[in-house]
Amino acid sequence: MNSGFATAERSGSWVQERILLGMTFREYLRSLWTPFNVVCAAILAVGLPVLVARFYLGLGATTNLSQTQPWGLWIGFDMMTGIALAAGGFTIGATVEIFGLEEYHSIERPAILTGFLGYMMAVIGLIADLGKPWNMIGIFSNNGTQSVLFEVAWCVVCYTTVLLLEFSVPFFEWLGWERFYRPLKKALLGLTVLSVMFSTMHQSALGSLFIIAPGKLHPLWYSSQIFLFFFVSAVIAGICMVIVESAISHNLFSEQFEGHHVDVDKLMLGLAKAGAVVMFAYFFLKLQGVIDNHALGLIGVGFYGKWWLLEMLGFVLAPSLMFAWGARNRKVGIVRVAAFLGVTGIVVNRLNVSFIAYNYNQAVRYWPSWMEISVSIALVVIGVLAFRWIVNRMPVFHPMKGSAGHH
Amino acid sequence: MKLGRRTFLQIAGATGTAALVTLPGRARAAGAASTPGEDERSVLVDTTKCVGCRGCEAACAEANNLPDPPTDGEAFAAMRPTGPECFTVVNRTEKADGTPRYVKRQCMHCVEPACASACPVRALDKQATGPVAYDGSKCMGCRYCMVACPFSVPKYQYAKAIPMVRKCTFCAGRQAEGKLPACIGVCPSGALEYGTRGELVKEARRRVYGSPDKYTQHIYGEHEAGGTNWMYITDVPFEKLGFEVAVNDNSYPKLVKGALGVPPVVMTLWPPLLMGLWAFSHREGKGQGGHHE
Repeated sequence: MNSGFATAERSGSWVQERILLGMTFREYLRSLWTPFNVVCAAILAVGLPVLVARFYLGLGATTNLSQTQPWGLWIGFDMMTGIALAAGGFTIGATVEIFGLEEYHSIERPAILTGFLGYMMAVIGLIADLGKPWNMIGIFSNNGTQSVLFEVAWCVVCYTTVLLLEFSVPFFEWLGWERFYRPLKKALLGLTVLSVMFSTMHQSALGSLFIIAPGKLHPLWYSSQIFLFFFVSAVIAGICMVIVESAISHNLFSEQFEGHHVDVDKLMLGLAKAGAVVMFAYFFLKLQGVIDNHALGLIGVGFYGKWWLLEMLGFVLAPSLMFAWGARNRKVGIVRVAAFLGVTGIVVNRLNVSFIAYNYNQAVRYWPSWMEISVSIALVVIGVLAFRWIVNRMPVFHPMKGSAGHH
Repeated sequence: MKLGRRTFLQIAGATGTAALVTLPGRARAAGAASTPGEDERSVLVDTTKCVGCRGCEAACAEANNLPDPPTDGEAFAAMRPTGPECFTVVNRTEKADGTPRYVKRQCMHCVEPACASACPVRALDKQATGPVAYDGSKCMGCRYCMVACPFSVPKYQYAKAIPMVRKCTFCAGRQAEGKLPACIGVCPSGALEYGTRGELVKEARRRVYGSPDKYTQHIYGEHEAGGTNWMYITDVPFEKLGFEVAVNDNSYPKLVKGALGVPPVVMTLWPPLLMGLWAFSHREGKGQGGHHE
């Protein structure tokens, strides 16, 4: 803490060095004028006012939700999909801290940061969706223990806290607050155990939410074992997301990797092997679920039968085989394409369960309003901007300059 | 896979932690032979007696400070659902010979309600006397009750900035004061019979199975969703009256019992298992060994 204050006293230089990336304020502002930032600003200029307006106008004026469609894009995308895509945090965390695969250490912090930001965005989306979000406090006092949503709510609270603590390791390292940084770093193994525990429950419980609605979710997606599907597919999402993210990061933040000779391609091929196996297993697990549900005859029949085939063949089986082929022949390009397909498949699956294949027998179909879409996109943009702001300053991809580092 | 889940649950039982998630015993402890919720206040609706006066709609609107119901012309033009400002509706259909048949719809007040089990803050809660009541001050507006209800009864005030979930509460407040629910008090035809569930199931069986020529051979609500406190008998197919015929006969809260058995298992087994894996992967003599730092 002392060292923190000591550096803070020379605030001009500390702020300039750590916040403004060594530029003066004027230079920094000028550096923000990029096409990417202009597009982001435009998206936020639409999405954020809508987010605020939603609390004054109500859900009826801003969303296309209805009495038969109580959950829409904000639950289906921001919550269901956002949480699945945040699974890289616990997947890679466990790989490094528990299974001891040290070589993956260099992608652990980005994965945890993505997880943390994913959860934060999901919570904001959830608050937008709740009618009276301040009454969330009731989950601590009212004992709604028969509800899957009770489990989900507790997991969100607990795991977001764990992610915050995990992320605080690079954060305190950045601030130079050794007194906090050292003990938290030592606690990382315990935090990782907790992160796997809460993620197992949270990811699976998001699927369990639909077990109580057997007549409403299409039989190809409904299963009393849906919690297994959600957990396994979250692991897939974690693996694919880490590959996609590191592909993008290594293009966008290439200057950060200078002088750090981590063979990222080798890591990606290793992840691809894991992804191939898990996705292959998931494909047959899902098929078994359909058989168990006596819905085998529905595959390929009508819109939903074909849509299920597209999801399972195009976004699960195909990327699984591409991963296997890519890993065997050391082709990183095909691994990246497969990971992108895998991420798309998770998005499609979560949207299917929450509103596309939900209420499949209702005459009036739900389609999100432009306002719902603008808020969801704005939340993704906030997440991306926060990720960029943090990795440009804090020791996420590389050790802190001038510190002992974490290798 | 089934076996896997069963094994999971057995482990849960063995560790004793499954007790954490078992349903509260209240009102469900009744023996297997007796009627579920037999002492709860209930209603038997005999649609062959209903004359379609819609007095119940007006009484409901008055008791709950809701807008006046529509005129007969509008009301019978199509099958109406209930709404956030309309807790009960009387719909009209016709027998094969053209005789009109009317059916009053409202919350079914399940013996084991899906909505109340789904509510994470217990804003919706089953009272021991029968009603599934709602406390808006606890509700966070998550609308999971609407996802869960097999009869699609809970409705949401989407138009309001601070919305509530709305549905028939079986006039829980009036019943607590010893009064009749508003709709039952005004019914002139005897179509709504009020009593305990045990008595009414017997009465329904007597009428339906005692006069097989007159009644459709089914009591809607006797087994639907594990049994409901509002039950219906009629002489037309239940589909024609707009009933959800695909509703499961088992209790909806029980559907998720398997899934809710997962957390105790995970919380008990994961930490030792993961620490074991950690110890295994960091054992002596395994390459670099030790925790990185």
